[in-house]
Amino acid sequence: MELEAAKMIGAGLAAIALAGAGVGIGLIFGNYLSGAMRNPSAAAKQFPNLLLGFALAEATGLFGLVVALIILFAF
Amino acid sequence: MALNPMHQFEVYKIGPEINIGGVNLSFTNASLFMAISSVLILSLLFFGTKKKSLIPSKVQLITEMSYTFVAKMINDTAGSNARAFFPFVFTLFMFVLFCNMVGMLPYSFTVTSHIIVTFALAAVVFIGVTVIGFVKHGIKYLELFVPKGVPVVLLPLIIVIEIISYLSRPVSLAVRLFANMLAGHTMLKVFGGFVISLGLLGGWLPLGFSVALTGLEILVAFLQAYVFAILTCIYLNDALNLHH
Repeated sequence: MELEAAKMIGAGLAAIALAGAGVGIGLIFGNYLSGAMRNPSAAAKQFPNLLLGFALAEATGLFGLVVALIILFAF
Repeated sequence: MALNPMHQFEVYKIGPEINIGGVNLSFTNASLFMAISSVLILSLLFFGTKKKSLIPSKVQLITEMSYTFVAKMINDTAGSNARAFFPFVFTLFMFVLFCNMVGMLPYSFTVTSHIIVTFALAAVVFIGVTVIGFVKHGIKYLELFVPKGVPVVLLPLIIVIEIISYLSRPVSLAVRLFANMLAGHTMLKVFGGFVISLGLLGGWLPLGFSVALTGLEILVAFLQAYVFAILTCIYLNDALNLHH
């Protein structure tokens, strides 16, 4: 296989990381909502934690993007 | 010109080339937008605190809000010990926030979409926190790598994992901000390209997406500045209040 083609396939495969990020973000918001429905008075206090968890989960998916960029442009 | 979505991240020099000792120190568009962000922050704080009235004007309100926001964040996550580090965290938060927000303007340059900028910020946080920890606790700061209540058999493994996770802090802090900004701005430009290539008939759908994505990106710009600052607070908490 040519190197150029292998690079493209590798970069595409690196995008699979986004599946995990999607699951993570869904879990965070879903669990926050179900917790907030059970106890609405405690919901506002946990909102910063929600944002923190969202950003942390999203970042792991973006590491996949970084891997794709390294494969495409650094080698 | 801007057919490539990566074109927006290009750094070029403005004015003459300055070479000092083999290091290229030319004034670039990145330096220009850093200067713009700094001037915006300084003028906000200057005009916000100039006329101190009991019923605040809009500018004063924004200034007070940003102050109490960061002060509360430090107090909640790092405890009252960390009050001395308020200026540092506030500067960090405002700088990242304004760089992200200035980058959202069309035809501007996002400083934080370059990993060298975010890594420099993260390295300052990492080295600073490590120095603070050793100054405050001496050699006992190494206890950070030994979690309480772990069986002795597991300790060799746990210590290695803890050290690796400690050392990867600046990398993850830097890559998180950089990758979010890079991905967001690339996505905006890709959708902008769809609008042009689909033309007058089909271009309305990506245009709507583009507007929605711009809203999302403004949220992400704020969120990433917040996350950067709050993670700094959490690391400071580790260094100041060991095992509490």
